[in-house]
Amino acid sequence: MKAKIKVYLKSGILDPQGKAVLHAINDLKYSDVNDVRIGKYIEITFNDGKPEQLRKEAEEICSKLLANPVMENFEIEYEE
Amino acid sequence: MKAAVIVFPGSNCDHDVYIPFKKTLNIDTDFIWHKTADLRNYDIIVLPGGFSYGDYLRCGAIARFSPVMKEVVTQAKKGIKIIGICNGFQILTESQLLPGVLLKNTNQKFICKTVHLRVENNNTIFTHKCNAQEVLKIPIAHGEGNYYCDAETLEELKNHQQIVFRYCDSGGRIAPECNPNGSIENIAGIINRSGNVLGMMPHPERRSDRILGHADGLKILGSIIERFVRN
Repeated sequence: MKAKIKVYLKSGILDPQGKAVLHAINDLKYSDVNDVRIGKYIEITFNDGKPEQLRKEAEEICSKLLANPVMENFEIEYEE
Repeated sequence: MKAAVIVFPGSNCDHDVYIPFKKTLNIDTDFIWHKTADLRNYDIIVLPGGFSYGDYLRCGAIARFSPVMKEVVTQAKKGIKIIGICNGFQILTESQLLPGVLLKNTNQKFICKTVHLRVENNNTIFTHKCNAQEVLKIPIAHGEGNYYCDAETLEELKNHQQIVFRYCDSGGRIAPECNPNGSIENIAGIINRSGNVLGMMPHPERRSDRILGHADGLKILGSIIERFVRN
């Protein structure tokens, strides 16, 4: 099983990297773009196991290590 | 009295902080590799600056799970004095020994320059050699030093005098233009509620000898030692 994880800054936390990219997009004359937020994409591949157990582990890995709850949220999508 | 300087893969200010403790302050100081899991013999633990684990994932996020950090947390709970400088501060927040987090500098740049700090609380074991509201000149060198915490945590920090240093101008005035990295309320360093764990982004070890132009940093490192000698 694979866990496809998105980690991104909570709304309200300034994302200077996103801002810099927004400026570059505006420089390219795409004037319809209003905001850019940058996050991380992480893929975890598990050994064979019970999906329920593996999902629990993926959640734990995210909250312990991959995301810092003070500034980030995460979302997980699973691929069997 | 013994001091431990923890060395993570990627630490690079370990020697800089070892020298003032060992040579200037004459303290029995050891380098401790991050695989060590026993710090029972130490009275002071220093988490030095650098780029532990290449700053992968988030600054300090991986160092936090080094074997030594479990022991640092245990010793912190026992009241052992711990100072985290720069990357050490980031590791302390990741380990939840200090609240909040260090975000990317708002200007996206790595900033390396000498700044002014105002001592907001000189009633700590790390700052008692400073006068109240004293302005110190100490360098910063970081890309992720933008201190952030939620409004509730900020209120708690204020209520318990946990904000120890703020960025200011040479006259001690706190203003947005003397905030190098976007930190909330110009925060440069905080202490835990029990008063034994300090985290700061500026590098006191880089101003701990007159040869380096200034010895303001020695007031901080020396405060810790003097308190021990007196006790």
